[in-house]
Amino acid sequence: MKVVVCTKQTPSTTAVFSVNNGAVSWEDSGGKPNVVNPWDEYAVEEAIRVKENHGASQAIALTMGTPDSQEALKTCLAMGCDEAILVSDPSFAGSDTLGTARILAAALEKIDGAKVVIFGKQAIDGDTGLTPVQVARKLGWTPVTYVSAIKEIKGHTITLERLLEDGKETVTTDLPVVISVVKEINEPRYPSFMGIRKANRATIPTWSAADLNISGGVGAGASQADWSHVYAIPAREGSVEIIEGDSVEEKVAALVDKLFEEKVI
Amino acid sequence: MDFTHEHEMFRQMVRKFVQTEIDPHIDEWEEARIFPAHDLFKKMGNLGLLGLTYPEQYGGGGVDYWYNAILLEEVGRTQCGGVPMAIAVQTDMATPALAEHGNDYQKETFLKPAIAGDAVFSIAVSEPDAGSDVAAIRTRAVLDGDEYVINGSKMWITNGTQADFLCLLTRTSGDYGFRGMSLIVVPTSTPGFSVSRKLEKLGNHSSDTAILSFDNMRVPVRNRIGAEGMGFMLQMRQFQQERLAAVLMSLSGVEQIIRTTINYTRERHAFGKPLLNNQWIYFKISELLTEVEAQRQLAYHCVRRFVAGEDITREVSMAKLKGGRLAREAADWCLQFHGGMGYVEEYPMARYFRDSRLMSIGGGADEIMLRIIAKLEGILPEGE
Ligand SMILES: Cc1cc2nc3c(=O)[nH]c(=O)nc-3n(C[C@H](O)[C@H](O)[C@H](O)COP(=O)(O)OP(=O)(O)OC[C@H]3O[C@@H](n4cnc5c(N)ncnc54)[C@H](O)[C@@H]3O)c2cc1C
Ligand SMILES: Cc1cc2nc3c(=O)[nH]c(=O)nc-3n(C[C@H](O)[C@H](O)[C@H](O)COP(=O)(O)OP(=O)(O)OC[C@H]3O[C@@H](n4cnc5c(N)ncnc54)[C@H](O)[C@@H]3O)c2cc1C
Repeated sequence: MKVVVCTKQTPSTTAVFSVNNGAVSWEDSGGKPNVVNPWDEYAVEEAIRVKENHGASQAIALTMGTPDSQEALKTCLAMGCDEAILVSDPSFAGSDTLGTARILAAALEKIDGAKVVIFGKQAIDGDTGLTPVQVARKLGWTPVTYVSAIKEIKGHTITLERLLEDGKETVTTDLPVVISVVKEINEPRYPSFMGIRKANRATIPTWSAADLNISGGVGAGASQADWSHVYAIPAREGSVEIIEGDSVEEKVAALVDKLFEEKVI
Repeated sequence: MDFTHEHEMFRQMVRKFVQTEIDPHIDEWEEARIFPAHDLFKKMGNLGLLGLTYPEQYGGGGVDYWYNAILLEEVGRTQCGGVPMAIAVQTDMATPALAEHGNDYQKETFLKPAIAGDAVFSIAVSEPDAGSDVAAIRTRAVLDGDEYVINGSKMWITNGTQADFLCLLTRTSGDYGFRGMSLIVVPTSTPGFSVSRKLEKLGNHSSDTAILSFDNMRVPVRNRIGAEGMGFMLQMRQFQQERLAAVLMSLSGVEQIIRTTINYTRERHAFGKPLLNNQWIYFKISELLTEVEAQRQLAYHCVRRFVAGEDITREVSMAKLKGGRLAREAADWCLQFHGGMGYVEEYPMARYFRDSRLMSIGGGADEIMLRIIAKLEGILPEGE
């Protein structure tokens, strides 16, 4: 059994998001390189734990992205993944979540023995949270979202805990599964110094469109979703009023009147 | 480029480590006048942070000093001077001589646990009557069979109340002068070792600093690093790395306090505008940032030479001198621009003002750096 973690390379959390004429940009004044999508760090950690605690033979990190996404994969290797695979092809550029799911599903089919696929909850740039379920649909595997614990993997089944708004739910399902995890699931480890050394010496294979058996369209042309109108939310106007008065009692009375007037209380 | 992508990845890792394992505890450790060295060092050891440049055979990283420079810069970003100093004692002040000149037995027994974070090290050179004048130390080790019997005391010893091992500079012959000294690794479990007192200090509160006393301590001869009588030379070499570490760490602190001051003066208004909008303030800050940049280039120049295996005594002495001066100047100006807020404990400013003062004293005072520079320039008068 192999466990595969799908990660995305995203701008770092300190990057500043802005929109100009419908074009989105992420500027990081600190000049920080792109990082593993922060939500995916929990997925990477969990994949390593599936190997450590549930007998997976290998933990593999998988990314679809531009060649520089290798950097994010190196972080996964440094944390403890055994292998990393980059799926990259000029024809993939501009894929929406469905196109991405088609590509990832084709890559996952190529990984012999992959039984558990782990995603983060969502990506901090696109924020859709759709890719995991779409990948599951393409593969015909069971999707389980909001996973907060992997309790047991036994024979052909896996038992998971889901964290929902009103409580927790325990689910047992057949393998293979595609799950997306929430941050409550674990505390991601630091990549160790030795891990960083190893990761930077590793060669990361790149699979192109020609290496995969993709069904359905990919790339900008095949995108079903179109970001027709992207705009920054206008800053909210705010104002401050300082209530004057001769005594505390007077000021409090005026404040209470004001709050009633504004229907705050 | 001095830093590769791998270096950058390493920097991010250390930064995250400092933010989660050190920063949240600083106030508590400052208050307690000590930090849990064994606990923190073990966490660092697990990540391979305590012996980056040391041989892999003993658990070290076997990599170039730039990694260590990154470690020091990042650790130096935490908002106190004490913990970074204590870490640097372990990595750059008490263990370089052991790593470079120790034999296999010594490295296996003392260096390996230090790298793993299982043992805490102190460097024990200064004495109540001999700080700047190292040649005046009086702690003495007398040979008795295959043991040294050691008597004396050491003062201002960082990590002193928690250390498992001391890298001890002691006299093994003669009464004064740089001849006749040896470096010996002393386990603090040795009978006759005691901590006389923990010192109350102006700053670096989270670091424990102690007076140690040695009363007929018997230490095996095989704990001596290098040949007998070579101690002074080995320690002078070790000092170069100590100073380089101090320079790199203090750079992060000084840059950070200036940035903090920029933020503070931007938010704070007086006379109808942000304080920062006074030319007096933004010019002064620009000047300080220029000094920091120049100092960083000098520091990196030292690192480059150090990595190339060249002697850095001249340059690192200059950088140490400049680092101390700059820390004092920046601390003073930044505190001034904080007004009353610089004087109270609510802001990091007051602590920086206290802690940064050490840079001009510890690891060789400014005046000692000036002596070294003068000597190397051939202008130190005869007999001085
Ligand atoms: C917080 C802290 C931590 C320390 N940690 C350690 C440690 O871990 N291990 C260790 O061994 N030591 C440690 N020290 C000691 C430190 O190295 C010494 O304090 C330092 O070397 C200065 O020595 P001194 O205090 O004896 O000053 P002195 O030698 O008494 O000098 C006092 C001052 O006189 C001036 N001076 C001295 N000689 C000359 C000269 N020839 N010409 C002109 N001016 C001169 C200098 O300004 C100097 O600052 C620590 C000190 C402090 C405060
Ligand atoms: C221990 C202590 C005791 C005190 N006791 C009292 C007390 O008993 N009663 C009381 O009323 N107050 C007291 N104070 C407050 C003290 O008087 C103020 O801190 C002081 O007047 C400075 O004001 P501030 O802190 O608001 O600084 P700010 O006005 O915020 O100024 C900050 C800094 O900005 C710079 N600056 C400000 N304006 C300009 C300018 N126009 N051009 C260039 N630079 C400028 C200066 O460097 C200044 O130090 C006390 C403060 C302390 C620390």
